[in-house]
Amino acid sequence: MAQMVKKDDDRDEEADYSPFVGIEKGAVLQEARVFNDPQLDPRRCSQVITKLLYLLNQGESFTKFEATDVFFAVTKLFQSKDIGLRRMVYLMIKELSPCADEVIIVTSCLMKDMNSKSDMYRANAIRVLCRIIDGTLLTQIERYLKQAIVDKNPVVASAALVSGIHLLQTNPDIVKRWSNEVQEAVQSRAALVQFHALALLHKIRQNDRLAVSKLVTSLTRGTVRSPLAQCLLIRYTSQVIRESSTSNQTGDRPFYDYLEGCLRHKAEMVIFEAARAITELNGVSSRELTPAITVLQLFLSSSKPVLRFAAVRTLNKVAMTRPLAVTNCNIDMESLIADQNRSIATLAITTLLKTGNESSVDRLMKQITNFMSDIADEFKIVVVEAIRSLCLKFPLKYRSLMNFLSNILREEGGFEYKKAIVDSIVILIRDIPDAKESGLLHLCEFIEDCEFTYLSTQILHFLGNEGPKTSDPSKYIRYIYNRVILENATVRASAVCTLAKFGAMVDSLKPRIFVLLRRCLYDSDDEVRDRATLYLNTLGGDGAVVETDKDVKEFLFGSLDIPLVNLETSLKNYEPSEEPFDVKSVPKEVKSKPIAEPTGLRAPPAAAPAPTVDTYERLLSSIPEFSSFGKPFKSSAPVELTEAETEYAVNVVKHIFDGHVVFQYNCTNTIPEQLLENVSVIVDASEAEEFSEVAVTPIKSLPYGSPGQTFVAFEKPGGVTAVGKFLNVLRFIVKEVDPSSGEAEDVGVEDEYQLEDLEVVAADYILKVGVSNFRNAWESMDPDTERVDEYGLGSRESLAEAVGVVINLLGLQPCEGTEVVPNNARSHTCLLSGVYIGNMKVLVRLSFGIDSRKEVAMKLAVRSDDISVSDAIHDIVASG
Amino acid sequence: MENCPSVKNLLLLDSEGKRVAVKYYSDDWPTNQSKLAFEKSLFAKTQKTNARTEAEITLFDENVVVYKFVEDLHFFVTGGDDENELILASVLNGFFEAVTVLLRSSVDQREALTNMDLIFLCIDEIIDGGLILETDGTTIAGKVASHTIDEGAPLSEQTITQALAAAREHFTRSLLR
Repeated sequence: MAQMVKKDDDRDEEADYSPFVGIEKGAVLQEARVFNDPQLDPRRCSQVITKLLYLLNQGESFTKFEATDVFFAVTKLFQSKDIGLRRMVYLMIKELSPCADEVIIVTSCLMKDMNSKSDMYRANAIRVLCRIIDGTLLTQIERYLKQAIVDKNPVVASAALVSGIHLLQTNPDIVKRWSNEVQEAVQSRAALVQFHALALLHKIRQNDRLAVSKLVTSLTRGTVRSPLAQCLLIRYTSQVIRESSTSNQTGDRPFYDYLEGCLRHKAEMVIFEAARAITELNGVSSRELTPAITVLQLFLSSSKPVLRFAAVRTLNKVAMTRPLAVTNCNIDMESLIADQNRSIATLAITTLLKTGNESSVDRLMKQITNFMSDIADEFKIVVVEAIRSLCLKFPLKYRSLMNFLSNILREEGGFEYKKAIVDSIVILIRDIPDAKESGLLHLCEFIEDCEFTYLSTQILHFLGNEGPKTSDPSKYIRYIYNRVILENATVRASAVCTLAKFGAMVDSLKPRIFVLLRRCLYDSDDEVRDRATLYLNTLGGDGAVVETDKDVKEFLFGSLDIPLVNLETSLKNYEPSEEPFDVKSVPKEVKSKPIAEPTGLRAPPAAAPAPTVDTYERLLSSIPEFSSFGKPFKSSAPVELTEAETEYAVNVVKHIFDGHVVFQYNCTNTIPEQLLENVSVIVDASEAEEFSEVAVTPIKSLPYGSPGQTFVAFEKPGGVTAVGKFLNVLRFIVKEVDPSSGEAEDVGVEDEYQLEDLEVVAADYILKVGVSNFRNAWESMDPDTERVDEYGLGSRESLAEAVGVVINLLGLQPCEGTEVVPNNARSHTCLLSGVYIGNMKVLVRLSFGIDSRKEVAMKLAVRSDDISVSDAIHDIVASG
Repeated sequence: MENCPSVKNLLLLDSEGKRVAVKYYSDDWPTNQSKLAFEKSLFAKTQKTNARTEAEITLFDENVVVYKFVEDLHFFVTGGDDENELILASVLNGFFEAVTVLLRSSVDQREALTNMDLIFLCIDEIIDGGLILETDGTTIAGKVASHTIDEGAPLSEQTITQALAAAREHFTRSLLR
């Protein structure tokens, strides 16, 4: 009760000074009637407008009717000469954003103000008018605006320029005509005018690269006075640098001197803008970077938080790619860990984690522990990720880092945060053998009290793979079986799997595992019971202790070497019959390469879109002419033979057989008034000597919109990678179709349509098949089949481009994510695998190097099932 | 980054995080509700920090926010993730200084509420549709104050700035004539 009274007191007190206590829309709208009084009271009117603005500002909204009403009333106030009131009227009109027919009422008043003697009237009238008018009215006042841009009063000029920037979006053609005036305004002595003029001028010219480049060239030589304009110019300059991108012969970057000069500007915002621009230059050299880092380092010890934040944020970004460049700042950075501003402290820590050396790790961890509890989850994730990469860099320090991770794992946190920690621990376990046992125990403790089903199941799966290989697997059993007792069905089911894996791998544990699995047979959930039954049977749980045979281990642990998508489509196509589904019939080819860094718990990336190998096979086997060819070795992705949106759309799929090649032309007729008959492709194989045509199957009728296929088959020498170029012409009989009846005419005209050329290349004889462990696969191949040679690839844009070209040329599957080349890398190793025609396994190891002149050299090492295949791969590269 | 520096919003909140005056220039917050939610969480996040002597800064929802507190008034300026922090700070500084001049040095909520019209005009003179119009506090205050001077009021009742602004206007006008 006392509380209530106290509150009322507050109210009263507030009422003393707030003019808006108990303010209510209806009442204020009533008050707005004073606008219509014949004898205006400016002070009172101002107060009412303030109240209206206050209501709008608090989030109150007016109905259409109320807004119109207020608008008309407000327009009456133009009669008053009171400056203050006029100013409020301007504000009110902007807030109400009247519709077109209402605008007309105020235009004349505003235009009068635009030509008033008072600069304040003029500036504001311009801003209001430009905010509310449309294109036609704009042409009427264009003349005044052009004058205003070069007005000697800076406020007026700025008002016109800023309005121009806004109007450019809606009426670009009109504003573009003001170029000359804007250009003049760029030379203004008033700082802000210069800034606004430069912004507008650039916006007018932004689609013309040459003009922007000229603008930058002339202004960087001259003197731009305003710091804000200087910042703009720095942005435009880096844009020009980015787009020109080629440094000249001496290796100097154009305009770098200008950016470097800005580092000595007297305004901090300009110094910072320039420093940031330098750090963001493409492929910035250490020499270019140093002066920028030096000024940022000075900012780190500034008394202003904003300056420290800006500097540490930029340095943090630099540290991601160039940690060495930032190490000089480490001492200043360390003092920021205790910064009152937590954002600054977090950025400092993550920077240090990227740049730190082995000796500083322990000290850093101590400092971080103190501060982890009072930052937000998003920052924590950043810290965890930084710690993970630090640990991989200094494996000897795993103990303190692992302890840190397990400590924070026990604290409160959301899913994303916990997942980041678990992922990190898993990666450390994988990469640092010494860390395995302690890491697994930390994870075990975590699942004892884990609220996230996803994390529990992932950890159980991981435990099943890693746990049995440790020195004392039995100590994990308790944790796993606890899950069977305490958790939900999903977690219980994966716990059963984990138990089974321990049973299969560790014979001494088998009897105990069987006891536990048998208990699971009484589980309330189907899936849990099913799994327990399955494992008991496969492991021989009904009999005595038996040696688990290889098949069972393969079944439990073997990786499914079939892309999941392929399996899914095959299962969908399977029709229930006497014949059981055969996993071996699922195609193994991976269509598009999955590019994903293997991180943490995520399963090995599965293939993307479903290949249509199945459908091709069925289609081809249904054509009698091709039945003798056998199974196709490979079907290529469709290659377009026509431009988009032409009359006839044709693409081709190359089916490679052992002794034949079949081209499947998919044709679409895109003209409703035509019916095509007897459609075939005439292939000129004169540039493909080893091929001879054996069969053609035309399309009988190709009506509008429904695609059809015509095939051309060639014979070629078996087992040889015959290559060649084929010229194609589409031949058909065209018949006019009456659009109203849909009836075709009886008589047709023979016609031809030129298609693009088609090539059969070496890569067509190679299947993309990945291997999970390249090193093992490589070791298991006969070293005698190895062929090594070196090639020069000439000058290339970047290493990544060279790697991409070779991968495409060979048509092999990149393994272990090695197709991704880190930025600025000078050398790179790429691992490829696949199957060559004749079911020959091929593994390729590519080592690339790039020199300062962008010349790329490559070492190619091949191992395969047959030495002739290794030679063939070299031939492909040599001739490519 | 070839864009003009821009401001997403200016906020003036009281000591409980309630609106005194706000202005949004970006579509990031389409409804009043989302605006209020932004203000509420921003206030909660910054409330405990000491932004009284120097302006403070934080990253918030992919935005950079600079802020400064005086008495029971909390000033905020929000910009995009990759905006130059120092430019935003200069806007905040202009905002804060202009309000200080306009409220005649007793900068608190009470004074702000009684002079709400000046606060609205002040915000209007700093940013136009997200673009920076002016960052110098005294200039901004001068532009606002020149409208509110009662021409007939005795000089002694005007603050020095107002007097200066008035004088400057008289002077320019006489020149233009």
